[in-house]
Formats: sequence, structure tokens, C-alpha cells
Amino acid sequence: MQSALAVDRLQFAFTITFHYIFPQITMGLALLIVVLKTMALRTGNEHYNRAARFWAKMFGINFAVGVVTGIPMEFQFGTNWSAFSKAAGGVIGQTLAMEGVFSFFLESSFLGLFLFGEKRLGRIGHWFSAMMIFVGSWLSGYFIVATDAWMQHPVAYSLGPSGTFELKSFWGLLLNPWTLWQYPHTMIGAVQTGCFVMATIGAFYILAGRHEDYGRTFVRVGVIVGVIASILQLYPTGDGQGVMIARYQPVTLAAMEGLFHTERGAPLAILGQPDVANQRLDNPLTIPRGLSFLTYRAWTAEVKGLEQFPRDAWPDPIELVYYSYHIMVGLGTIFIAIFVIAAFLLWREALFRRRGMLWVIMLAMPFPFIANMAGWITAEVGRQPWLVYGILRTSEGPSPLVSVGSAWFTLIGFMGLYTLLGILYLFLVYREIDRGPDAGVVASSASVN
Amino acid sequence: MGTLWFCLVALMLTVYVVLDGFDLGAGVVQLFVAHSEEERRLVSRTIGPVWDANQVWLIAAGGTLFFAFPGLYATSFSGFYLPLMIVLWLLILRGVSFEFSRHLTDATWVSFWDAVFFLASLLLAVFYGAALGNVVRGVPLDNQGRFFEALWTNFQPAGETGILDWYTILAGVAALVALTLHGALWVSLKTERELQARAQDLAAKLWWAVALFTIVITWSSFKLQPHLQASYSAHPWGYIFPVTAVTALILIIVFRGNESRAFCASCAYLVGMLASVAFGLYPDLLPASTNSASSLTVDNSKAANYGLKIGLVWWTLGIILATVYFVMAYRRFAGKVSVSSDEEEY
Ligand code: HDD
Ligand code: HEM
Ligand code: HEM
Repeated sequence: MQSALAVDRLQFAFTITFHYIFPQITMGLALLIVVLKTMALRTGNEHYNRAARFWAKMFGINFAVGVVTGIPMEFQFGTNWSAFSKAAGGVIGQTLAMEGVFSFFLESSFLGLFLFGEKRLGRIGHWFSAMMIFVGSWLSGYFIVATDAWMQHPVAYSLGPSGTFELKSFWGLLLNPWTLWQYPHTMIGAVQTGCFVMATIGAFYILAGRHEDYGRTFVRVGVIVGVIASILQLYPTGDGQGVMIARYQPVTLAAMEGLFHTERGAPLAILGQPDVANQRLDNPLTIPRGLSFLTYRAWTAEVKGLEQFPRDAWPDPIELVYYSYHIMVGLGTIFIAIFVIAAFLLWREALFRRRGMLWVIMLAMPFPFIANMAGWITAEVGRQPWLVYGILRTSEGPSPLVSVGSAWFTLIGFMGLYTLLGILYLFLVYREIDRGPDAGVVASSASVN
Repeated sequence: MGTLWFCLVALMLTVYVVLDGFDLGAGVVQLFVAHSEEERRLVSRTIGPVWDANQVWLIAAGGTLFFAFPGLYATSFSGFYLPLMIVLWLLILRGVSFEFSRHLTDATWVSFWDAVFFLASLLLAVFYGAALGNVVRGVPLDNQGRFFEALWTNFQPAGETGILDWYTILAGVAALVALTLHGALWVSLKTERELQARAQDLAAKLWWAVALFTIVITWSSFKLQPHLQASYSAHPWGYIFPVTAVTALILIIVFRGNESRAFCASCAYLVGMLASVAFGLYPDLLPASTNSASSLTVDNSKAANYGLKIGLVWWTLGIILATVYFVMAYRRFAGKVSVSSDEEEY
């Protein structure tokens, strides 16, 4: 870690990974809260309103942490990546500024109304503010994914006179074909997290014999939405992402799959350890010709292996890209299995008696977070050595005058502060779960906004 | 086009200071005016539903700055690396202490987080003032338009400068007193009885400090940055900004008994002061203390025209929407806060 570049990368990776824990919960829950509020509106049953209130409280805690960890993300483009910001700001500044102007105002204003104004707003007004929070948080997801998509697959720009990138087409930037797959895949990943969080707490209440009526609602909503989401995650969105990668980042695809040699009818590796020094996959367990079919829809298509690309174009480290991709896909498959079985049991009205299945749902809580992280690591490390794919190398991006020492100072600062934040967060969430949905409006002095 | 975006970014930052300014101020005054647990809750309830939306102005202004002046964003954020990171940590601490102390019931921890809230608010106000001081004083830009400033060197505003020198510290303290006054007036606007009376007392005392610092900081700014004098001499109509600030400052004391007018006057004072600075610096965005040819100006740091033009469309639309939400939110929570409004929140 003698270069500022390495520390800048580490700091960005650490802070974004921490930040993303929270938006994936809030974006997922925002949808589920709208579902609960809609059920309350349609059935007129106060039970759903109370359930929605409980999740609003959870949402508030997550939102607060999401906000305070999001601000450093925005600042870091300038502080740690000033060469990149100067070059690309004319393009990605658009989407980042739009995120602030369109989504964060929407989200934070309506969250204030939602949390503090249930009586003053009335039933429809309150439902509407839930809807606006959902729209706001999903819009912010769109703008940030569009930013990332431009870095993965730069479009709609031209090179200006002073070596900076200039925007050429606004709609070209917003409707980047990369975004159109990346966005739904990312959002559905967030919905899966939301579903697991809700179903997990529901399963806990049922297993513990507390607040069982709420527990059943939570499990039902989580499982029904979850089964849809987990399937959409694989097809068409995950598949669409894969096709995109094969078309525009073939070297990344080879790294993700651990494919060292170009092959016709390339196999799909399910398990195996990449051995980069000897350029082979150890202990492989493969589906013959699977990869060729998945990427090109033809069993005998040729897939390029890493050998076809110069070493300095390989993502680094290959092993991390390979494993994180396999972890994501492996977990995605497991999620489909869990949700399909649970949905089947729910349909047969047997789920709430199957304690084994409830245990599985309860213990699955950490895995959607891991899947989302692993997916992002695949995408971001897979993009290396490029910061903006094909046009700006990561090594050209950092701030030239920020020293290694300064970068370490702030990285350590973030680590300390985020550890504290994490502990407090877990404590507060645990307390809310412990209090349960019946703690009601009056008893709590919480005023999350 | 560049000038227009300069005005828009300055406007967003000003709105941020006026709005989040009273949150910060309230965070500082709570320690002095609220004597019981219940009163502290009341003070925090005055900002509870709005502080996060207020803070978004900072994020949106930052994003807009990035988009309109990428060169300035990159240079200044990396050059002010250390103080900005400290500001980020303080923003985190402020947000967390405010939100989390609301969820706690245990008195020991509540008072601990209230203290953190106070300290983070206070330091943020000082850092904002010092940041502005740095911009006015200028930074040591090299011939490639880059700089990096240490936190402090020898505390002199010349030569190899640091973030903190006597001038920027002065600016920090000036910002602190001005925002504390702003916060005290806000609290007196939103509360009743003893709490309100105490806030008004504090405001009356703070007024003298603000007046004193206004004079001192204005005098030293003009001494230190000749560019300011030049701007005002070239376009004397610009004097309306400092005149606004001074008039507003006087009105604060004139309107002593009328909470809402006094608060408005304080808003106008902040707007006047910030506009005076912006006017004095234009067309520089970040003056160089080394050689004025290296200064970052509107022209040499703005983004390409196509993007700026498109931006005008969505920016206008977005800000109209944001204004609508703001009016809605503030109208929902208009009036004094009271203990019974507690039932609403969760
Ligand atoms: C719950 C989370 C989750 C789950 C179960 C999956 N994914 Fe995923 N995946 C993501 C969450 C995610 C993500 C975090 O949202 C990523 C990271 C960046 C992005 O665009 O989305 C992603 C990226 C991503 C990429 C692009 C990687 C790159 O850009 O280099 C591909 C090809 C897939 N996914 C494919 C799949 C397939 C075939 C899955 C099979 C079920 C799958 N994902 C499950
Ligand atoms: C939550 C989702 C994300 C995660 C978990 C994530 C993860 C990472 C990781 C692990 C790295 C380090 C890669 C390396 O240095 O090898 C990285 C780098 C980076 N990512 Fe992301 N990322 C996410 C979203 C984004 C988004 C949305 C953007 C753009 C708006 C972005 C921009 C960057 C930049 C600028 C770097 C630093 C340069 C680099 O090392 O390539 N990331 N990210
Ligand atoms: C480098 C990348 C990122 C930057 C610069 C960034 C910036 C920010 C900022 C400034 C906030 C605070 C907004 C407020 O005050 O309301 C925030 C919150 C948020 N971010 Fe990020 N963010 C990044 C990555 C992501 C990613 C990858 C996603 C999702 C796909 C995301 C989704 C959200 C959402 C939904 C919020 C609202 C707060 C919450 O729900 O927790 N962000 N982000």
C-alpha cells in the first residue's frame, strides 16, 4: 500500500460497500411499505397500517444511516478522484446533480411528512407520501446506476479540446443500454433484500410466539413478493446483464467464468478454483457447452478466453471477480429455491406450521446482502483496469496531490466511525424488533426523519 | 452561461446556509436555552421534520457544482481534502446523534448524544466559516491549477497558508455567532413561554457579537483580498448586497419583539453577507494566492455548453418541484411545537 491509488481504491470500496448496505434495504422496503399501505387502504384493516408503521420506523433508521454514509460518497469523487472528476465531470455530473435535485428532495421531504404527519395527511395523503418515498428512492437508484453504467460502458460523449469528456446527448446518457439492464437487476436485488428482511423478522415472531399475527403478514408479503423477484433476478435481468458483458466486456466475462482458453462450445463452470499462474481451473465441475449457450444462445459458439487479451487488460484480481460472481449466482439460485418452496407451502397453507422452513427463512437474512455486495464487486473489479471502460484507466484517476498519509488518515477515520455507526445501528434495530409492531405510535419518542 | 450557473450554485449554497443554518444554530443554542429534558426535546422537535430535507440542499448544491464546474469541484475538493473529510465526519456525527438520541430512552445516553449534537453543530458552523474564509483569502494554486492545503501552518494568511490561520479562524467564529443567532431566533419562533424568552434573551446578547464580528471580518477581508475592492469599485451597484446585510442586521434588533420578522431579518442578513462575498469574488471562483493568473474562474472551470444548456431545463423543473415539496412540508409543520404533537410521530 505504498501508492495513494491503492489506498484511494480501498477507501472507495470500503465506504461504498458500507453505504450500499442501507439503500438496498430502503429501496426494497419502500416497495413493501407501499404494498402494506395499499392493503390497508383496500381492506380498511388497521392491522396493515400498524404493520406499515413498524416498517416505516425501520425504514427511518436505515434511511438516516444511508443518508449520512451517502454524503461521503458524493464528496469522494472530488476529494480522492479529482483527475477523474475533472475529466468526466461534464458527463457524470449531470446524473449526480439530477439525483440530488430530483430524488433526494422528493424522498426526504415526503419521509418527513410520512413519519410525522399521519393524522394531518389523512388516509389517501399518507398512502401518497409512501408512494412518493418509493418513487424518490427508486429514482435515486436510477441516477446512480446510470452514472455507474456510463463508467462501465461510456456513451453519448465526445472528447473536448482540453482532454475532458463532454456530453453529446442527454437522452443517450440517460438511456444508456447498459443502464437498461443494470437498473432493473440492481433494483430487484434490493427488493430481494427487503423481502428477506421482512420475512425473516416475521419468521422470528412466529417462531418466538410473539406478535404472531404480524409475523404471518410479514412472512406472507415477503414470500409472495420474493418469489417473483428472485425469478426476475435470474431471468431476464441477470441473463441480460450477462449478454451485455459478453458483448462489451469480453475480458471481464472470461474472468468471471474463469475461462483461460478460447473455446468453441465453452463449458459453464459451477465450481472450481482459478489458478492464474498456470492458467487453468482446478477441480472443475462444469456444464458442457453451457457458457456458449448462455452468452450467445448457440451451443457451439466461440467464447474468448483470457489468453486472447493482453495481461494489462485483465481485471485484477481475477480470483476476486471469479469468486464474487459465483457467489452471487450461487446465492441467487438458492434464493429461488427457498422462495419457491416457501410460496408453495404458503399456498397449501402449511408454511406457518413448518418450523424448519421458518428457521431457514430466518437464518437466510445475511445472504441477500452478500449477494448484492458480490454482484457489485464483480461489476466494479471486473471493470478494472479501467475507471471509465476503454477510455480512462483507474491509475489515471486519483487526486495528484493527496498523499498516501492523508489517504490513510481518512480511511482509518472512516473505519472507526463506521464501526461505531454499525454497532449503534444494530442496537437500534434490535430494540425495534424487540419492541414489536404494537409498541404503537404514542409510546415511542422516536422522530426519525 | 457560466455566469448564470455561478449564480445558481451560489443561490443553492445560500439556501443551504439559511436553512441548515438554523438547524446548526438550534443544535448550539439547545445547550444554553433548554434547561430540562423536555425542553431539549422541544428544541429538537422544531427541526425534526425538516433538517434532513434542509441538508439535501448541500448535497444538491455539491452535485450541481460538480456538474457545472467540474474543474473547480475537482481542484477544490482535493485541495481541501482534510477539512472536507472532517466536515463529512461532523455531518455524520450530527445526523447520527440527532436521529439516535430520539430513539433512546436512557437519560445518560440521551444527554451524551445531545452533547455530541451540540459539538458537531458548533464545529460545523466554524468549519463552514473557515471554508469561506479560505476561498476569500485564496489558495496556493500552482501553474497547473492544483493545490493541497495543510490544516494549519504558521497561522498567517500569507506565504504557505494552511486551512486555519487567524483570518479564517475569525471567519469561522463569525459564522458561528451568526448561525447561533439565527438558531436562537428560530427557536424563539417555534416555541413558547420560558423557552422562548430564554432564546430571545440569548439572541439579544448574540446580536452584539454578530455586529462586532461583521465589522471586523468585513474590514479584514477587504484588507486581505484586493479583488473585493476592485469588484465593488468596478460595479458600484453591487453595494446593495452589503447594504442589505447591514439593514437586515439592524432590523433584527428593531424587530426584537416579533419572532417571525426577526427571523426573516436574520435570513436576509445571511443572504446579504453571502451575496456580498459572491459578488466580490466574481468572476473568480477560487482566487490563487500565488499568482492571479492561476485563479480558477467561471470561464476556465465550467463544463461544456451543451450540457449546461440541457441542465438549465431539468434544473429549473427540479427546483420548482423541490420548492413545492418544501412549501408543503413547512406548511404541515407550521406553528409552535408543543409536547402533545408527540403523538404524531414515530
Ligand atoms: C440479491 C442480489 C443478487 C442476486 C441474487 C443476483 N444478482 Fe447479479 N448483480 C446484483 C445482485 C444480484 C447487483 C448487486 O445488483 C449487480 C452488481 C452491479 C449490477 O449492475 O448489479 C449484479 C450484477 C450482475 C452482473 C453484471 C456483472 C458485471 O457488470 O460485471 C451479471 C452478469 C449478473 N449480475 C448476473 C446474475 C445472474 C445470472 C444471477 C442468477 C440468479 C444473479 N446475477 C443473481
Ligand atoms: C453499492 C454498490 C457499489 C459497490 C459495492 C461498489 C464497489 C466498488 C469496489 C469494490 C471498488 C474497488 C474496485 C477496485 O479498486 O478494484 C469500487 C471502485 C469504484 N467504484 Fe464502485 N461500487 C458500487 C457502486 C458504484 C457506483 C454507483 C459508482 C458510480 C457512481 C461507483 C464508482 C466507483 C469508482 C469511481 C471507483 C473507484 C475507482 C476504481 O477503483 O475503479 N461505484 N467500487
Ligand atoms: C458512488 C456512488 C454513490 C453516491 C455518490 C451516493 C450518494 C448518496 C447521497 C449523497 C445520499 C444522501 C441523500 C439524502 O440526503 O437523502 C445517498 C443516499 C442514498 N443512496 Fe447513495 N450513493 C451512491 C451509491 C448508491 C447506490 C449504488 C445506490 C443504489 C443503487 C444508492 C441509493 C441511494 C438511496 C436509495 C439513498 C437514500 C437514502 C437511503 O435510502 O438509505 N446509492 N446516496
